[in-house]
Amino acid sequence: MHQPHAEPRRSIYYPYQVFDAWLPSQHPQPQHHAVVIAGAGPIGLVAALELARHGVKCVLLESERQVSEGSRAIVFTRRSMEILQQVGVADHVTQNGLPWRFGNSYYRGQRVFRMEAPHDPDDRFSPMINLQQQYLEEYLIDAVRANPLIELRWGNRVNAVTQDGQGATLEVDTPEGPYTLRTDWLVAADGARSGIRSMLDLKLEGASYEGRFVIADIRIDLPLPTERLAFFDPDWNPGNTILMHREPHGIWRVDYQLPPGEDAEAALKPESLKARIDAQLAMIGHAGVPWVMDWCSVYSARALTLPDYVHGRVLFAGDAAHLLPIFGVRGANTGFQDAQALAWRLAFVVKGLAAAPLLAGYSSERVGAAREIIDEAGKSTRFMTPPTRGFRLLRDAVLSLSLSEPFVGPLYHWRTSRPHEYRHSPANSAGDDNALFQAGPGHGAPPQNVRLGADDHLLDHLDHHFSLLYFTEGAAVPDALTEVVTELRAKGLPLRVIAVGSAQPVTGADETLADADGHLRERYGVLASGAAYLLRPDQHVCARWMGLDATRLRAALINAAGLNKEV
Amino acid sequence: MGPNTLSIPGLEQVYDALATAIDAAGAEKSELFLVKLALLNAHALADPAVFQAHIDAALKDL
Repeated sequence: MHQPHAEPRRSIYYPYQVFDAWLPSQHPQPQHHAVVIAGAGPIGLVAALELARHGVKCVLLESERQVSEGSRAIVFTRRSMEILQQVGVADHVTQNGLPWRFGNSYYRGQRVFRMEAPHDPDDRFSPMINLQQQYLEEYLIDAVRANPLIELRWGNRVNAVTQDGQGATLEVDTPEGPYTLRTDWLVAADGARSGIRSMLDLKLEGASYEGRFVIADIRIDLPLPTERLAFFDPDWNPGNTILMHREPHGIWRVDYQLPPGEDAEAALKPESLKARIDAQLAMIGHAGVPWVMDWCSVYSARALTLPDYVHGRVLFAGDAAHLLPIFGVRGANTGFQDAQALAWRLAFVVKGLAAAPLLAGYSSERVGAAREIIDEAGKSTRFMTPPTRGFRLLRDAVLSLSLSEPFVGPLYHWRTSRPHEYRHSPANSAGDDNALFQAGPGHGAPPQNVRLGADDHLLDHLDHHFSLLYFTEGAAVPDALTEVVTELRAKGLPLRVIAVGSAQPVTGADETLADADGHLRERYGVLASGAAYLLRPDQHVCARWMGLDATRLRAALINAAGLNKEV
Repeated sequence: MGPNTLSIPGLEQVYDALATAIDAAGAEKSELFLVKLALLNAHALADPAVFQAHIDAALKDL
């Protein structure tokens, strides 16, 4: 019998709420669902909300009865905010988070590198925003609870999974014992220690690194801006690295690397934590400032991924699919993109619009993204925690040189998480004019946001449909294009047409953006009327044309959406 | 190793300067010193392929 903690977790800033466990005896109906998601962490919650936008119901199983223990993921990128905007919680994050864009690296008391994350005036969101994971989960849970298509079951743990060609059968344990749940599709978003990954006996590929870090959240009043701070080889922790981040509610995250060989238990003893945090505060000139511990844990850097995220009827996303080093804020930020790339495809398959092979595109795109991230993360990790004598010598030489030679500064760059461009995705159109464009997002790229006016940006106008941005100064979308749009919509394809470039509403478009100053056309490399961009439901570009015609539009949509032949 | 070669007096000058600097850095720090020097030279060289050729040559006959 599964007995999740019934007492609220301890925190000095976050009021944990314990939700009632979902009990099978109170729900005697047979349990067969189209989609079950295991894990109501940020990735499972976003996946559920994305599916609901497509009208697809799901059951969301959460082993615990409350949100995450400790702040965990605290830095969210602009792309994550654009995804969170789509599921309706970005405003909450903006209101309560701390935006930032600078990172500083220190060695021997000198700032040896300052990273400035680019901030385009066309962007709505700052490059990064800090917020404790409990709050993000709370906002997402509020959205889930308000959504009649999502059934969130607290205190429900997946104990066993078997699958056949038609679906998966789960044994789900609860505080009153197990019940059987049948689902056509199972999304495994059950985190870094994914039980489902173990049950399917799947192995992660990649590297684990020796360096281990203590992660500690303390409440302290420090007169420092919200910027990332990294300290290399300080006197109090020779050869090792310390990171600091400001969080809301007067909390600071302090991560420090442990000397080789020290075990987690020793590192988390109160006297050890106190001595080290005091030493770090003294080093940055704030000796003796009082502080209180909220939460601490030990972490080791790993860069691992499953080689495939689709296993029969089981689909992996987030940390269940890959484990990425924290230094580049790549955990949750990568997972949101998984959830977004998966949900629309799964929705199309569940609704019978597309066949199961569409899901292979999810796996190839996101495994590719994970491998790219692992390659980049490996570079940062080898600098932060050098794995061999050679790497340590080079790192130490760079630290020493950086005091007088700025050319080595970029080696401190921690290669922040960025959205992957699906350049080789099967969803990209083969017969479009991608190569002819001199500007704008290309094949597989996420869209460039564009400021249209006060509190008005291009991405505000996109939703879970395919979006056809049709650039025209004319009064109407050509009839031949409208016929294709009408035909495919009638078959169930969610598709919106947004005309750009006309002061008056364009006939045949669902919405018209005037783009009076031509700025949107400029950012998208559009030279003349008749050009178009096709964005997938996850907003990535799958086709663009200098001059759109009906045949190529139809082909691009059928390809990207994986429409069934009989459709 | 390319057209830009040191003159013999130049090579002798580098030889003495490097030996003296290794002694000045001391046994504990000479390795660090040499890696810093290699990175500075690589920066001036501005050619990863040539630097790789130097690495390959230096790894021979150790």
